[in-house]
Amino acid sequence: MSEVVHQWLLSLFSLFRRLGRGQFFLFHLLGGIPSLIPRFRLVIQQLYAIGVHSLTIVMVAGLFVGMVLGLQGYNTLVDFGAEESLGVLVALSLVRELGPVVAALLFAGRAGSALTAEIGLMKATEQLSGMEMMAVDPVHRMISPRFLAGFISLPLLTAIFTLLGVFGGYFVAVPLLGVDEGAFWSQMQARVDFFEDIQSGVIKSVVFGFVVSWIALFEGYDATATSEGVSRATTRTVVHASLAILGLDFVLTALMFGA
Amino acid sequence: MAKPTPQRKKTESTRGRGRRRSQKRRAEPLVRIRDLEFSHEGRYGTCPSLFKGINLDIHRGKIVAILGPSGTGKTTLLRLIGGQLSASAGRVEVDGEQLSTLNRKGLYRLRRRIGMLFQSGALLTDMTVFENVAFPILEHTRLPGKMVRDLVWMKLEAVGLRGAEALMPAELSGGMARRVALARAIALDPMMVLYDEPFTGQDPISMGVLMKLIRELNQTLRLTSVVVSHDVEETLSIADYVYLLSEGQVVGKGSPQQIRQAQSPWIQQFLKGEPDGPVPFHYPAEPFHTVLMGAQE
Repeated sequence: MSEVVHQWLLSLFSLFRRLGRGQFFLFHLLGGIPSLIPRFRLVIQQLYAIGVHSLTIVMVAGLFVGMVLGLQGYNTLVDFGAEESLGVLVALSLVRELGPVVAALLFAGRAGSALTAEIGLMKATEQLSGMEMMAVDPVHRMISPRFLAGFISLPLLTAIFTLLGVFGGYFVAVPLLGVDEGAFWSQMQARVDFFEDIQSGVIKSVVFGFVVSWIALFEGYDATATSEGVSRATTRTVVHASLAILGLDFVLTALMFGA
Repeated sequence: MAKPTPQRKKTESTRGRGRRRSQKRRAEPLVRIRDLEFSHEGRYGTCPSLFKGINLDIHRGKIVAILGPSGTGKTTLLRLIGGQLSASAGRVEVDGEQLSTLNRKGLYRLRRRIGMLFQSGALLTDMTVFENVAFPILEHTRLPGKMVRDLVWMKLEAVGLRGAEALMPAELSGGMARRVALARAIALDPMMVLYDEPFTGQDPISMGVLMKLIRELNQTLRLTSVVVSHDVEETLSIADYVYLLSEGQVVGKGSPQQIRQAQSPWIQQFLKGEPDGPVPFHYPAEPFHTVLMGAQE
């Protein structure tokens, strides 16, 4: 029994050490951001690799999520004769919740895992050690640009996801199900508030961008420098980032809409 | 002859002091290791020390080989010299600077004068050969593009790979990748180059090329070279001085000639690659016949 407790305490100790390392890593990478101003080219390269390469999955997912929302929403609202509110339902669901959350989950799966694998492999192939021996800080040179690119990319991807979702909902509602086009758009325009709804979505996507990029890069940097270690780190990124997104979504929603 | 003015006298005496200090410094070893101990941080705490109070001097301008079987901590020792790891006890001094007292900035300043050739080459995989060699120059200097280009060509010419400047690391053979890594290691004209297993996995031609390069670069650039390896013959043929490591201790040291003539059975087994001897073929275990008899019962 005491052995079990001992092992449990050691695991807890190990977890706290890892959390501590994660905090130091965050401060270290944030310290590298000012040095990126004269070399913004490095961030642009990463914006392309992280953001542009995630566009396809985000756009397709956004379109289908909007279409499904349109279908499901119509079937529910039509019973109450409120199908003209479908535009509001689709827009609010996407702007407040589904846009930031689903885009962030897709981002964690697509770009987050790629970031972890890339940094983990750089570690395994001694590229990061090589940089240190060339007196170049690998966190500032390699990780800070990726973090900033991830942080900038996700809110933009969320906006694209939401926009295409709304169009997906429109496509199902108006041409396919015959909802009145004027009612669809005008109700949406009247009921979606910029500060309350859109701003809350933006805040969520900014927080998710920060957290997912941090988790992905830390997992890569802290990975055991073997193929198995990199594989485990990639899995951990997707699991931890997804849980963090869902947990933070609840906290942020409670803070913004709970009262 | 004009009488020297007090100002001139002072300048000459300052120069003399400077020269003496510089001569004294040149006579001192570039790397001095004393009572070194090192322990890895395991998942649940500190592991036992890898070294048992190692003492080691690396003199300027020499090729010093550190030989020993796998797992003796040769690469760890190289990383301690490069400041990538910190000693648990004892001290490591490089060019008169004790590494444990240096902050990050000081360590990076020192590392600009140290090149390292990693076992894997450690080339940046998303950059061409040219960009890899230019990387440290661009990171640490503000030289005009044309000058950087000329410098990179000079370094690549020195390793015989100027023609491969546009290739990506994935397109290079193992030997070529190490030569590019060597060009990058000498890009900032370091005082010392650390070689981590430079000959491992190389064909005879690549091995010959690397041996020639290590020897020639050491002479022409007046470098100090530290070669960590378990390729005995190749390393002994280029080294000026050899340290043999085993089980956390220096078990032999001297010129290659002295090492070859050493009486120690362990050294002889290691040099000749004999399968059995002081290092037994069998990992310690219960006698096999006892185990078999026990299994029959």
